[in-house]
Amino acid sequence: MQDKQINGYRPKIAAFCCNWCSYAGADLAGGNRLSYPCDVKIIRVPCSCRVDPIFVLRAFRRGADGVIICGCHPGDCHYTSGNYHTRRRMSLLFSFLDYLGIERERMRVEWVSASEGAKFAAVMNDFVSEISKLGENRRLEDVRCKEQTETRLSEER
Amino acid sequence: MQRTDRDALVRRAVSLMNDGVCDRVLAWRRGEFSSDVSPGVFTDTESVEKELVRNFFCGANLSKYLISETEKTEKKVLIFLRPCDSYSFNRLLSEHKFNREKVYAVAVGCDGTADIGKLKRKCGALSDIKRRGDKIIAESLYETNEENEENEENEANGAERVFDLEDVLSERCLSCNLKNRADCDEIISDGGRDAVSERFFEVRRIENMSSEERYEFWRGEFSRCIRCNACRDVCPACTCEKCVFSNPSSGVENKAAANSFEESMFHIIRAFHVAGRCTDCGECSRVCPQSIPLHLLNRKLIKDINILYGEYKSGESVSQISPLNSWTENDADPSEVAELLERSRSK
Amino acid sequence: MFVCHCGTNIAGTVDVEAVADAMKSESGVVYSATYQYMCSQSGQDIIKKAIRDYELGGIVVCSCSPRMHEATFRKAASSVGMNPYMVEIANIREQCSWVHKNREDATSKAITLARAAVAKLKLNFPLTPGESGVTKRALVIGGGIAGIQTALDIADAGYKVDIVEKSPTIGGKMAQLDKTFPTLDCAACILTPKMVDAAQNENIRIFSYSEVESVSGYVGNFTVTVKKKARYVKEDVCTGCGLCTEKCPRKKIPSEFNLGMDNRSAVYIPFAQAVPKVAVIDSEHCMMLKENKCGVCSKVCTAGAIDYTQKDEYIEEKYGAIVVATGYEPISLERFGEYARGMSPDVITSLEFERLTSAAGPTHGKLVRPSDKMKPNTVVFVQCVGSRCEPSLGKGKEYCSKICCMYTAKHAMLTKEKYPDAEVYVFYIDVRTPGKNFDEFYRRAAEEYGVKYIKGMVGKITPDGERLNVSASDLICRKKLEIKADLVVLAAAIEPSPTARALATKLASSMDTNGFFTEAHPKLRPVESPTAGVFLSGACQGPRDIPETVAQAGAAAAKVIGLLSKERLTANPCVAVCDEEMCSGCSVCGNVCPYGAITYVEKEFRVPGGRTKARRVASVNEAVCQGCGCCAVACMSGAMELKGFMSSQIMAEVDAICRTSR
Repeated sequence: MQDKQINGYRPKIAAFCCNWCSYAGADLAGGNRLSYPCDVKIIRVPCSCRVDPIFVLRAFRRGADGVIICGCHPGDCHYTSGNYHTRRRMSLLFSFLDYLGIERERMRVEWVSASEGAKFAAVMNDFVSEISKLGENRRLEDVRCKEQTETRLSEER
Repeated sequence: MQRTDRDALVRRAVSLMNDGVCDRVLAWRRGEFSSDVSPGVFTDTESVEKELVRNFFCGANLSKYLISETEKTEKKVLIFLRPCDSYSFNRLLSEHKFNREKVYAVAVGCDGTADIGKLKRKCGALSDIKRRGDKIIAESLYETNEENEENEENEANGAERVFDLEDVLSERCLSCNLKNRADCDEIISDGGRDAVSERFFEVRRIENMSSEERYEFWRGEFSRCIRCNACRDVCPACTCEKCVFSNPSSGVENKAAANSFEESMFHIIRAFHVAGRCTDCGECSRVCPQSIPLHLLNRKLIKDINILYGEYKSGESVSQISPLNSWTENDADPSEVAELLERSRSK
Repeated sequence: MFVCHCGTNIAGTVDVEAVADAMKSESGVVYSATYQYMCSQSGQDIIKKAIRDYELGGIVVCSCSPRMHEATFRKAASSVGMNPYMVEIANIREQCSWVHKNREDATSKAITLARAAVAKLKLNFPLTPGESGVTKRALVIGGGIAGIQTALDIADAGYKVDIVEKSPTIGGKMAQLDKTFPTLDCAACILTPKMVDAAQNENIRIFSYSEVESVSGYVGNFTVTVKKKARYVKEDVCTGCGLCTEKCPRKKIPSEFNLGMDNRSAVYIPFAQAVPKVAVIDSEHCMMLKENKCGVCSKVCTAGAIDYTQKDEYIEEKYGAIVVATGYEPISLERFGEYARGMSPDVITSLEFERLTSAAGPTHGKLVRPSDKMKPNTVVFVQCVGSRCEPSLGKGKEYCSKICCMYTAKHAMLTKEKYPDAEVYVFYIDVRTPGKNFDEFYRRAAEEYGVKYIKGMVGKITPDGERLNVSASDLICRKKLEIKADLVVLAAAIEPSPTARALATKLASSMDTNGFFTEAHPKLRPVESPTAGVFLSGACQGPRDIPETVAQAGAAAAKVIGLLSKERLTANPCVAVCDEEMCSGCSVCGNVCPYGAITYVEKEFRVPGGRTKARRVASVNEAVCQGCGCCAVACMSGAMELKGFMSSQIMAEVDAICRTSR
């Protein structure tokens, strides 16, 4: 499962994690050596409610194949209500993107507490395998950004 | 032609100006043909008497002009509010966009607005339009028309075309059953039409497509976007001091939609920024020079909000809080949302 | 750029040298090195030396989780003059080396994470935490046992405390109780000394018959206006002799203290041990105030304390901390018609039962039926009246009121003590007795006193002549029961005080769906409200008994003392900031802020043409903002930003992690 390429394709996954629960949950997954694919790259935010829909679109634009937002379980938010806002915003955003024909499976909200290292790893494994099945994000990408990346990387080489 | 005719509006405007209550009037201004109506600011009684018009082509929602016009005068600005405009009026007020003290609001009922695009497709260049009972008589500049054969009555009248009211009204008016909700200084008439079509019919049609079909549908629509920003500029919910799309540090700034991503991005972000605040006035679609059905984006969000968080109509009151700025402990989880919406569709 | 090996923790899976090398070519990076243990003293010295030698503007440490050592590296950086907020951590241990096994993959991910950190750091700017002073005075809202205990504890530590109590005396619900479980000691015996202590403590001021009118400010610096309602008696002159209450001709007013089971006069002292022991005139019933006729009390008062011209008085005071102790009320049983409440005077609530058995109550402690003052031979107690109700019923509360099981056991026991031959039934859904000596207490009632506990609910109570027909079901024996009772006692659910909601709004403090105040964290910060500087004590936060209330009161006091003992408060510098040029004053940010940190002000702005224009803009109180960033997302124009987590910084990170090839 871990770090194995599926048909040679490696998805790019941006994971926004709230500082108090999910980021700590990811640390715990590390502490317990629970592995998940290295395609998942975590961005730390104070609270899941800091994640602007613009960031989600930005990730897709820059070539991410999946975006996952992790926050404290509803009711446990460090800031009392931040994740409730996330829940509404992202529910509507995902449904809206689905309406525009963007694959709904590419984005997810998961509640991971600081004690759920195992859940964090399981969620990431599951998400990566789902994205791998979907393949590259074509419907919401900015081809120019991709070209930039490719040229840049080839220059670096 | 409308339940309150032009003369009633002119009389009120002139007397309020003469009494020194108002020195600016927000209303509709006639153009060369009766179909060329634009929103207008009148500053003297003479132009009110000459140019103010109230007919089926008065499409513009005037509320947004209050933001700039109330700043320009020490007296009050007179505004005529149709039922749908009253929602925008409330919304702007709840966001502190103008000083209520500087507005003299007059409610006027409405029998709907014609969809000019639809009429022009039916009878070419329009010269005038009249109402006779339940029928609408459109006078065309030219004799010929493709759809002539389908409509027997039209043949008999030559350049005149006769339509049912419902055939020429804009889509938003067909599903409208609004009443004035603003706290007006005066009510000349209220109410409007009874809805004859279901508001979310089109949204549901798109929802029922497959994911690929939806993608292709919107790709096709958005590809026509020329990023003229008319939808943004006319939208009474778009009242930022500086729009994110004109702000280089916002990360989404773009002046022209250079590729497919930017086209979608603009409309996604815009729909999201007005979500929970959009009063579904339909101005975005009305002014779009490319006829992109932009209101179907906003309506999707309205529909989802209604299903997930309870019936909500933005602009119903001044004190309401947008469902995107509130929450309950038992809100649906994003993972269940698809299923919930699906279930409500099949109902 | 500093890459840590963390022994083999990181270096075992990640090629740290390759990471350091790759970062050398990253734009903006001038120094890149690795070390065995970056967090060690010598590791920190390397960082300090590099900052000095290369005059670095910021550093990235690729190491373990920022939750481990961010503080360590920030401290090291600031010791050599770098702003601590110019330090970024790339987590390449917990989120890379420990979770990935393939060396090549892990190394490439570590490089990506390092790049993201650099991308963010480039947009960092130095942050300085804001500071504010602390007013060394606390306000306690509510003068029940919770408020009294909190005030006493704060006063003991040497700080000034004011208690605001809405009724004419402090004491609250506990003053109305007879005995307390599980010890059966008398409530008044343990409460009244505390009331007197509070009155005599020189650090405590009591504003009785007063309410909080308005609250402004923030942690350490609240300004509160207290409305002292006119009591028409000069508080400092009245001796509490009670002569006026005897002579007052209006005597048929139901007594609040005795829950309407006896009467008081229009000028009254709520009860004998009231604090302050000062009379109050009920303006709704006083003939003098209503019709300017009478004036008896003024004539008989030898101290000359009566003042019919008294007006409500407003007092403004500054406080550093506020404690909410508004307590509870039993719910109204209006919608529970099946229990014949209101149809028969012999269907009473538990609180009324307390007054009936209290020696200071309307019957002087004689337990009799309210209707005919006769001894009750059969007493039925009904638990969970309005507690644990199905929401679909449309009445009552979903939650457990927690205290009813224990006080019902107490009441049953007291009944048996007074009348050993009486039949006593208790109907329950579950008997819940968690607490020290609680279960023993309940078992004593059932086993020693012979109280008949029946699992099942009472379906209907119908008055039948002088007695009451109780129809119930016994769920264990699966049979219907008909009991002829003389007295029925309903254990009504408890709910937050009806005044609490308006107060929560004034304090910008949040409430749950039941109207109880929410705590900042249900486990770790149980006595703090999410609003900084506002603390919670007692049943305003949820149903609780006296020992728990007192414990929480002490905890809240300790938190207040901790706050007041500080000379200055340092705020988290990662707070929201508003770009006033872009703000359109739409109020969206204020609506989503859980802390009430955002207010709106009119400001003059220059507009083209050399004129100025007043515009409404948001203003963030940095002392109150906790930095969640919700407002920044709610803001459409992007005028609101969160320092330390600016949109541009997060997007730079997004760009960096998406930059790698597939």
